[in-house]
Amino acid sequence: MTHDGDSLVKDIRRDGDRTLVVLYGDVDLHHSPDLHAALVGITGERPRRLMLDMSDVPYIDSSGVGTFVEVFRRVNAYKGKMIFFGLNDRVRSVFEITKLDKFFTICDSEAQAAEA
Amino acid sequence: MIPNKDAVELNIKSHSSHLPVVRGAVERMADVEGFKEQDAHALAWAIDEALANVIKHGYEGRPDQPIHIRLEAVQSPGGRRGIAVAVRDRGRQVDPSTIRGRDLDEIRPGGLGVHIIRSVMDDVSYTCPDDGGMLLEMIKYVSKDDGDTTGDKAEAPAKGRSQSR
Repeated sequence: MTHDGDSLVKDIRRDGDRTLVVLYGDVDLHHSPDLHAALVGITGERPRRLMLDMSDVPYIDSSGVGTFVEVFRRVNAYKGKMIFFGLNDRVRSVFEITKLDKFFTICDSEAQAAEA
Repeated sequence: MIPNKDAVELNIKSHSSHLPVVRGAVERMADVEGFKEQDAHALAWAIDEALANVIKHGYEGRPDQPIHIRLEAVQSPGGRRGIAVAVRDRGRQVDPSTIRGRDLDEIRPGGLGVHIIRSVMDDVSYTCPDDGGMLLEMIKYVSKDDGDTTGDKAEAPAKGRSQSR
């Protein structure tokens, strides 16, 4: 699956109990509702490990953060794990200022995310 | 708002598709004014959050309402360059004393925009103009050379800036 409309989902790869979602573009107020719907749909499959590739996400605002928080809570509810990787400095600073780096698992690479 | 021939003024509708355009314009102005990339991003981020709040709360999602943005180069009493921002809308009025960020010790969506604005800007002031809507005035100065892009609350507001109403 590629380029899912306005949802910013570029690709989804499933491998056993692991699902990798590749995102692209600005996760802002304009795109967050569609991204939220796409990610909620994926959590319906209850992947044990939901990995989010943020390498092509240049910007995120508080609505994007809220989307990830909501998805994180869903994944937590079924005892899954949500892992981010490939964050640029800007996106990482958003997670730091909102103190979500304390809750989210953030890795540098896909390989680390697969083992986190 | 006091007219200023040197200010950059943007008029947009309350549609979320306009936000990237404003972010781009703000970052470009910040670059022209000598902001480092991190500062320029922080400024654009805060303005983006302010506009998102206007769209979500002030206009309750209506996409065709007016928002006026004014950007003006200023200087702090200590000589640091900065940009003063005014965001004016015609939406629902809210008591400024109730506008504050939420506790971040719990993980839940919502309420982060004001926290972000207050974290990255040096001066933030909300007022309710007599003729309706809200006016948000804020200032971001270039950061000191320690790489800290969050607001420096110790610095006094720029001299000559219009007072909050």
